[in-house]
Amino acid sequence: MSPATEPTARPAPAGSLLVADDLHKAYGATDALAGANFSIHAGEVVAVMGPSGSGKSTLLHCLAGIVPPDSGTLTYNGRDLGAMSDGERSALRRSEFGFVFQFGQLVPELTCLENVALPLRLSGARRKEAERTALGWMERLEVHDVAGQRPGEVSGGQGQRVAVARSLVTGPRVLFADEPTGALDSLNGERVMELLTEAARATNAAVVLVTHEARVAAYSDREIVVRDGRSRDMERAV
Amino acid sequence: MQMRLRLSSWLVAQFPAPLWGDHPIRSYTPQVYTPCIVRRMSIPHTLLGLLESGPRHGYDLKKTFDERFGHDKPLHYGQVYSTMSRLLKNGLVEVDGVEAGGGPERKRYAITEAGITDVRTWLATPEKPEPYLTSTLYTKVVLALLTGRDAADLLDTQRAEHLRMMRILTDRKRTGDLADQLICDHALFHLEADLRWLELAAARLDKLGKAVGA
Ligand SMILES: Nc1ncnc2c1ncn2[C@@H]1O[C@H](COP(=O)(O)OP(=O)(O)OP(=O)(O)O)[C@@H](O)[C@H]1O
Ligand SMILES: [Mg+2]
Repeated sequence: MSPATEPTARPAPAGSLLVADDLHKAYGATDALAGANFSIHAGEVVAVMGPSGSGKSTLLHCLAGIVPPDSGTLTYNGRDLGAMSDGERSALRRSEFGFVFQFGQLVPELTCLENVALPLRLSGARRKEAERTALGWMERLEVHDVAGQRPGEVSGGQGQRVAVARSLVTGPRVLFADEPTGALDSLNGERVMELLTEAARATNAAVVLVTHEARVAAYSDREIVVRDGRSRDMERAV
Repeated sequence: MQMRLRLSSWLVAQFPAPLWGDHPIRSYTPQVYTPCIVRRMSIPHTLLGLLESGPRHGYDLKKTFDERFGHDKPLHYGQVYSTMSRLLKNGLVEVDGVEAGGGPERKRYAITEAGITDVRTWLATPEKPEPYLTSTLYTKVVLALLTGRDAADLLDTQRAEHLRMMRILTDRKRTGDLADQLICDHALFHLEADLRWLELAAARLDKLGKAVGA
């Protein structure tokens, strides 16, 4: 019997930034989450692993307040996400969270620089100011030389680094990354992971990293495994 | 939808009984991993290859070898000299000079044309593919199946252990020199391959186990 089948009532460690307790989420007859727990603190990189369809992306979407769970509680910095209005939740997402996905996330009509500056512009920053900060992040991710190009004109690896720069430009406290290297070869994938974790550590951001690749997960501090919608914390399981 | 892998006894048939000795996962630390590579490597060819960039003394050959390939398992001087005298006898190297003071380590060796050809042939010949580590893991997975245990559980526990090692190697890569990085990558890819096989096996064997009512 897997320990994951009996949800553990063990409390999350003190000082956690984001805590999820006993999350459930069904899509029709599919139980995407069936009692998932999660916690992460500032500056920590946690890998979420598990088979395809086990509920990893659903967990990430719930944690990020994109998808409301059917039941269970979510606490960010001591605040109950379930008690917030939609508007409050998206404000929180814009100011505190960053996102990177597998592909197709850059706005094709904008240049790479405009893409990176976009989150700042959306929260009301002036264009010049926004692009100056954006360019700083692009330098850090080593893609400043493609600043003027559109996403369709850069390589997959460059595009992904642009996306990482954009996810970090607002100085998020939590970075959510769903298979961020899934479309890249191993050399590019590793470079993205190196730069992403370096940047996150430098800013003390927490990273929730969904991946099925062990070499990518090896950049994390610890991993949890999701299986049939239940999470298993491999560190606290032993 | 969850991807459903087709139930198949094919998998069980595909994996040969372990042919290669026991390699506990613990042996994958960089310290012990290096000699693992070295042991599989031809010392004569490697020393010859080191001579291609120019003549070297015996002690210099040993030092360069140890730095690049030896890590914590350096060559013995004796190994260097017996190897060099064999290469000498076969015409693959020649003595290029002897430093004052005598002693075999004072001899300076140069590679010959025949030696260069030998290195070229060695590099051009593919190595026999060798499965390294599957034996114990294979046995465990099959036993889990036969005794009706949860292969997924075994996978999770093993993954945790593999990841612990992979984090150390990844960290070492960040701070190490190029040789360190290459060695760590070599180990990392092999560890990842173990996990991928386990994942695949666990996904199929769970279902197979149910089907055969094990
Ligand atoms: N929007 C949705 N509508 C209906 N079903 C969904 C939806 N999102 C996810 N599901 C279902 O919920 C389950 C979990 O999906 P999820 O995307 O979380 O899996 P995953 O672990 O991320 O898989 P993968 O590794 O393939 O990305 C699956 O059975 C999936 O089909
Ligand atoms: Mg997913």
